[in-house]
Amino acid sequence: MKTQTKINILKTERTGPVIFSDYKSGEGIKKALKQKKEDILFELKDSGLKGRGGAGFPTSTKWMLTAAAKSEKKFIICNADEGEPGTFKDRVLLMEYPQLVFDGMVIGGYTIGAQTGIVYLRAEYEYMLEELENYLTNMREDNLLGNKILGSDFSFDISIRLGSGAYVCGEETALIESLEGFRGEPRNRPPYPVNRGYLGYPTAVNNVETLSAVPHIVMKTGSWFEKFGTDRSTGSKLFSVSGDCEKPGVYELPWGTTVSELLDLVAAKNTKAVQIGGASGICIPKSHFDHKFGYEYIPTGGSVIIFNETRNMLHVLKNFMEFFVEESCGQCTPCRIGNVKLLEGINMIERGEYTFKYINTLKELGKTMQVASKCGLGQSSPNSFLSILENFKDEIFHTLENNGSNGKAVK
Amino acid sequence: MLVVEKNALSEEIEGYVIKYGKDRSSLLPVLQAIQRKHSYVSDFAMQEVARLIDIHPVEVFSVISFYSFLHSKPTGRNIVRLCQTITCDMANKNKVVEAIERELGIKFGETTKDNRITLEHTNCVGMCDQGPAMMINDRVYTKLDPEKAVNILNEIK
Ligand SMILES: Cc1cc2nc3c(=O)[nH]c(=O)nc-3n(C[C@H](O)[C@H](O)[C@H](O)COP(=O)(O)O)c2cc1C
Ligand code: SF4
Ligand code: FES
Repeated sequence: MKTQTKINILKTERTGPVIFSDYKSGEGIKKALKQKKEDILFELKDSGLKGRGGAGFPTSTKWMLTAAAKSEKKFIICNADEGEPGTFKDRVLLMEYPQLVFDGMVIGGYTIGAQTGIVYLRAEYEYMLEELENYLTNMREDNLLGNKILGSDFSFDISIRLGSGAYVCGEETALIESLEGFRGEPRNRPPYPVNRGYLGYPTAVNNVETLSAVPHIVMKTGSWFEKFGTDRSTGSKLFSVSGDCEKPGVYELPWGTTVSELLDLVAAKNTKAVQIGGASGICIPKSHFDHKFGYEYIPTGGSVIIFNETRNMLHVLKNFMEFFVEESCGQCTPCRIGNVKLLEGINMIERGEYTFKYINTLKELGKTMQVASKCGLGQSSPNSFLSILENFKDEIFHTLENNGSNGKAVK
Repeated sequence: MLVVEKNALSEEIEGYVIKYGKDRSSLLPVLQAIQRKHSYVSDFAMQEVARLIDIHPVEVFSVISFYSFLHSKPTGRNIVRLCQTITCDMANKNKVVEAIERELGIKFGETTKDNRITLEHTNCVGMCDQGPAMMINDRVYTKLDPEKAVNILNEIK
């Protein structure tokens, strides 16, 4: 019997236009340290790079704000909490491309004037810790980290901190609370982390994939990066593809790729629905498969879950809502109570004990949650509820043999 | 707990505090270290942590209760966490659940009598391309089927 105690690092060459293009460890740091910070910010602005963690905030603006904040201490944090269901691209970057993630952090630290970088690694990825620590040790030996990096005036080091199993800690202010030793409950904003972040110091929090794009931009220029993708979504995106297809995995594709192009690539057959953006994303039916991925089209952190004709969409929705009921931090009422109500509604539909009047009330509740919740969790948790009930209402409410009863006949 | 055991635990925790620091921001690394070694953080351990970091024990408890990977009640020597999220669910994780429960004679949420294994469900562990997936302590196991899962569990000490 083969028991797998460690993940085999797949040695298959990955290909992609930006992230998976050629890069030699350290070369981005070397080039960046010879440049003025303003020039790096300028390249970044030129590139149009936006945050890959979901919110899509322009990285150059975030770094400019953190650079402009006056403080003797600053931090750059790599958000490696990757907890959105169906997302595993950051796992691949950390295990196979640590040079991109860490070089991106060093370049970021230099640009904003930070002395310390922290990786917040989700507890579920603890098995990577040793290898990542070894990698950092090697970087220190090569003087890519530590005192006066490569003979410059810039000193910087990176440490890794583990999460402890809480999806909400991926939200940047909850992440900071967690690093400070508190419950991972999101903060009110403002102040934003760029002004008051970790321990009150200006802090740039960036996703693993965002940071991984930076060394490429430094080496190959912002205008090179900007050529990929669409007008408002430049560069490429890593897609984590799972569910009903023959070739699940991580794919790098330019923004602007359509859903059906991706489905072909991963050999998905008889696809009925695609959930884009994980549990907090939206579920689209066949009629939307010609839509493009992009901030101005279908925005996404890259999670793509594929459902074929045999899947019961109410069951899918129930799984998502159970996730949110468990993962809500409980701090604010719309999210704490709202997710429970939505889940109860799904159970009622499953049992065939619902009225359309009540379902409509729940849809209104979902819309209220989207505006009244304190953080992105509660603001986006109704997305799948609303989109699945809308896009798959025939299956859920109208089809006799599958009246939402998990495939069994209803009494 | 015996006095010697208490002293040993105090000393151990002092070691963690020396390693990670006395600041509040060291709280999670210290608790994680205790959890790793003892599979849970006992009342006494909480008091010691509170004393050394200079916060109220209730604060420590409140933090532990927030995080699903920290436990305030004893668990088995090995914590098994099976992913319950959608793609693992679609990959027949229910069959794996049934087989494990049958084999170990306990339900998810319970601990075996010999204290060898605690079974838990967890949310997406980032292995959706290789589901069903489970973690045993800090290791991850993928592409499970009922037989493979049970064989792995039968092997752990
Ligand atoms: C509930 C919730 C979970 C999140 N989880 C993550 C995560 O795992 N990784 C991540 O990079 N961003 C996550 N985010 C987004 C972060 O708050 C933040 O926008 C991001 O880390 C910024 O980095 P970027 O600008 O490079 O995307 C999450 C947001 C919310 C509301
Ligand atoms: S929206 Fe949900 S997760 Fe966010 S603060 Fe409110 S209760 Fe917590
Ligand atoms: S759904 Fe199980 S690992 Fe992601």
